[in-house]
Amino acid sequence: MSATVSTTSAMATPEAEEKSRGLYGWVATVDHKRIGILYLLTTLFFFMVGGVEALLMRIQLARPNNNFISPDAFGQLFTMHGTTMIFLVVMPTLIGLANYLVPLMIGARDMAFPRLNAFGYWMLPFGGLLLHYSLLTGGAPAVGWFSYAPLSETAYASTSGTDYWGLALLVIGIGSVAASINLIATILTLRAPGLTIRRLPLFVWMVFINSFLVILALPFLNAAIVMLFIDRHLGAHFFMPSHGGSAVLWQHFFWAFGHPEVYIMVLPAFGIISEIVPVFARRPIFGYEFVAGSTVAIALLSFGVWAHHMFAVGLGHPIDMFFSATSLLIAVPTGIKVFAWSATLWGGSIRLTTAMLFAMAFLIQFTIGGLSGVTFAVVPIDWQVTGTYYLVAHFHYVLFGGTFFAVFAAVYYWFPKMSGRMLSEKLGQLNFWTAVIGFNTTFFVQHFLGLMGMPRRVYTYADLPGWGWLNLISTLGAFLLGFSVLLLLCNIIISLRRGRPAGDNPWQAWTLEWAATSPPPEQNFDCVPPINSRRPLWDLAHPENPDPIVGGPQSIDGFVLEKNRVGMVTFLVSESCFFLMLILAWLFYNSRAMTGPSPASTLDAHKTGLFTLCLLASSLTIWLAERQLRAGRPGWFRGLLGLTILLGAVFIVGQGREYFRLYHQGIVVSSNLFTTTFFTLTGFHGLHVCVGLVLLLILLGLSLAGDFKQGRLEAVKSIGLYWHFVDIVWIVVFSVIYLKLLL
Amino acid sequence: MPNNYIPVFDPASAHTEAISHLFITVLVVCAVILLIVIGMVAIGLLRFRQRPGSVDPPPHFGNRQLELLWTIGPTLIVIWLFILTARGMRESDPIPPPNLEPDLVIIGHQFWWEVRYPKAGVITANEIHLPTGTKWLVRMESADVIHDFWMPELARKIQLIPGQTNHLWLDAKKPGRFLGNCVEYCGVEHAWMLAVVVMESPEDFAAWLRGQQKPAPSPAMDSTRNGLQVFTAQTCVNCHAIRGVSTPAAGAAPDLTHVADRSILGAGALANSATNLFRWLKNPQAIKPGCLMPNLKLTDAQAGALTEYLEDLQ
Repeated sequence: MSATVSTTSAMATPEAEEKSRGLYGWVATVDHKRIGILYLLTTLFFFMVGGVEALLMRIQLARPNNNFISPDAFGQLFTMHGTTMIFLVVMPTLIGLANYLVPLMIGARDMAFPRLNAFGYWMLPFGGLLLHYSLLTGGAPAVGWFSYAPLSETAYASTSGTDYWGLALLVIGIGSVAASINLIATILTLRAPGLTIRRLPLFVWMVFINSFLVILALPFLNAAIVMLFIDRHLGAHFFMPSHGGSAVLWQHFFWAFGHPEVYIMVLPAFGIISEIVPVFARRPIFGYEFVAGSTVAIALLSFGVWAHHMFAVGLGHPIDMFFSATSLLIAVPTGIKVFAWSATLWGGSIRLTTAMLFAMAFLIQFTIGGLSGVTFAVVPIDWQVTGTYYLVAHFHYVLFGGTFFAVFAAVYYWFPKMSGRMLSEKLGQLNFWTAVIGFNTTFFVQHFLGLMGMPRRVYTYADLPGWGWLNLISTLGAFLLGFSVLLLLCNIIISLRRGRPAGDNPWQAWTLEWAATSPPPEQNFDCVPPINSRRPLWDLAHPENPDPIVGGPQSIDGFVLEKNRVGMVTFLVSESCFFLMLILAWLFYNSRAMTGPSPASTLDAHKTGLFTLCLLASSLTIWLAERQLRAGRPGWFRGLLGLTILLGAVFIVGQGREYFRLYHQGIVVSSNLFTTTFFTLTGFHGLHVCVGLVLLLILLGLSLAGDFKQGRLEAVKSIGLYWHFVDIVWIVVFSVIYLKLLL
Repeated sequence: MPNNYIPVFDPASAHTEAISHLFITVLVVCAVILLIVIGMVAIGLLRFRQRPGSVDPPPHFGNRQLELLWTIGPTLIVIWLFILTARGMRESDPIPPPNLEPDLVIIGHQFWWEVRYPKAGVITANEIHLPTGTKWLVRMESADVIHDFWMPELARKIQLIPGQTNHLWLDAKKPGRFLGNCVEYCGVEHAWMLAVVVMESPEDFAAWLRGQQKPAPSPAMDSTRNGLQVFTAQTCVNCHAIRGVSTPAAGAAPDLTHVADRSILGAGALANSATNLFRWLKNPQAIKPGCLMPNLKLTDAQAGALTEYLEDLQ
């Protein structure tokens, strides 16, 4: 039986109660429910900030030739608006909801790694602070949320705003990856008995798939930002065409992240809708398997469509056509979902609560945004409308009319569970109608503005026929939309004090979170209901007509995994993606002719080969060490562990001496693109080795101090995995950089 | 002023005509799909509204045939759309034969377009004249950051990327004056990086080109002579070329040899008139803050003389 309810110290001791009270309790919490709420409160704050930025821009754009906002300030506003909404609002809101709901929905007590959970959360306010700190140091970033090179290089973006942008994204990205590792480990290892994969609530399934997108895509962004920093601060030229770099490579790297990112921002919303629509239609989701399967199709395809953001680059027709094909194809699994949700309504008994209203608006609005997306996949159409307000309309329809309306629905649906009180339905209806009218007024007219020729990211425009009054309508809509958000805020504040008590299951829903009290106790469940199907609470309430039994513990999806192993493997998969980008950069630049230092003229392959052997030997020694520990021979374990550390240190010292030698010859990271990619790739690998050495030293220290219970074996195995990973990466790096020199 | 309300659907060339037709076809398909979805939702909400006192209906978990239908159906539709896409790409953006010398070279700068007619030896800025009835091959380059040239009635948009050359065909079936913007954020004055393309009859175009090929007219009157003096004495000559007067480093600033001929100033920030040119010369930063022309703090007299000289350069 997996570690779910009974093995935990569920009884609240007096000290535990004392610690969880007041502000300190919230700041120091590792409880997933509190962390989830912290995420949501933080993103609500940044949503206001991003909203104000949007309203300021809309005021400036309401009339042609306006001078309410200067062009420089406007550049900062649209950059901050996009960056804030994507990284400080939408992504963390979905992660926060997942954090709160997933353990409850799978009948677990908490996430797999509660302290990692807290760490992931705190990266959010830290990153937000970093981003906004730029306002005090010369100005916010002003190069757009995707920071195209070479505009983002120091020659054209000389303030440190771009640097804070990069730092903030790195920090927040680390938090997102941590959260996703946690979610994957939680879903794979902490499900209640009977909750096989095929019985997962669709929200959990979509969050699960989404977490893979996060761990695979964020490293692409991190690698790109790191390279931009090396350009900006170490004089390199990854993305400076004037010195052999490639501006287009930035676009490839960024969109390799950026496209999966937009699915990251929508899959959990699909999950929300998949939970809400069935409950208020009083019917199970239409076609669970197709909805679940299509999610996997979207996830896989999302890595193959990125260059549809680059159809105007001139990549050539064959490449454009490939990405057109994949982009058209990805519409199919999305369509499957839309049809499934719509069909769920038929034959049902529909209650149009506020949550359901927002879900219905999601359906229509997301479809509009998705269809305008299909027009973009048709390359010649993209050649007309990309970079215009038609594009702005498209992505706001999917991200706001889609995802954020799903978030509004989620608030109305799960607020009772989180707070124990119902939100006001009266205020909710007003909230809904002002939101729908405000949203569509703001963004529908923008489709026309794009077709009329208005580019995006312009701080003003000429008085061309129709541009002025359409922009004015859009601005008025934006204020109505802002007002609707204030209504939501009021609803939340008022209902926290005076909302009707909710009870455990005010919606008569069927997933496990509704079996807990509202709000749930710290341990979530004292006792999890029996789980034989996808709707355990339906089965409980309708013993005469339970859902058909789906799979079972004996079936292939009834497996149980060990959480440290899952966590480490997931992390290593993520790190591989980071190294993949660095290796690709190496291959790309070193396949071109260039002047200056070259591998043959600067590198000592034989010496490095020797140090490589040491590193590979250290993999053997740590494997042997594990075996000794398992066999109960701590002395041998410590000896072999020490040998591993020694061999690793030899490698690092060797690397360091190589760097030193090159530095003395005047060969530095900025010399040419060979040295840039060489130092970046081997440098980051060396960094990983150093981190590994620190981990091994900690292990050795713990073992020598006698603090080594049997349970530490899992930790040793996980760190061993990390060490093997570092070695495998080096084998690839060595082959790519040095092998040619030896042959 | 543009002569169209919705330029994307008012094509003036065969290329954009192909795109416009394709766009309408795809929009119709999308509209039909949207109506189906709206229908399913709206009718579903109305027909299956909860009646008072009703219980949960018996569970129904899906219908495999229906699900296959709405998987295979859309797949067939997107395959068809892909075929239309491939055809549309060929029709709207023919691939130029390799090594064909371009008829026109456009170089993007922050925040203006350098325009060169290599075969005629003409260099100008922001306003392009072309003859109707022939396809001109345009080579796109950038001197600094990524820009994007877009004339919605005439051609697809294409990025101007430093370190890379792109190509575009420009042509029109009938004469007209077309307006376009830079469409890739290129810095603080991206909004005012307009281009004007004048499509005119081959005779008119030939006359225009001949005029452009001549060096700048020498100033005939005292006032214009004073203006030339201001031009050479102030640092204008360091950046702005006037053929016959100054030859600074290429691409530092718009070529002004025949600036009076153009309809816009400051890449669209102002219409070209003596009043506007005077305002611009007095303080370009007040009109287009962040553009790369500094405020030279000219006196009214200097700016006035300079305006007279420049408005004489036809």
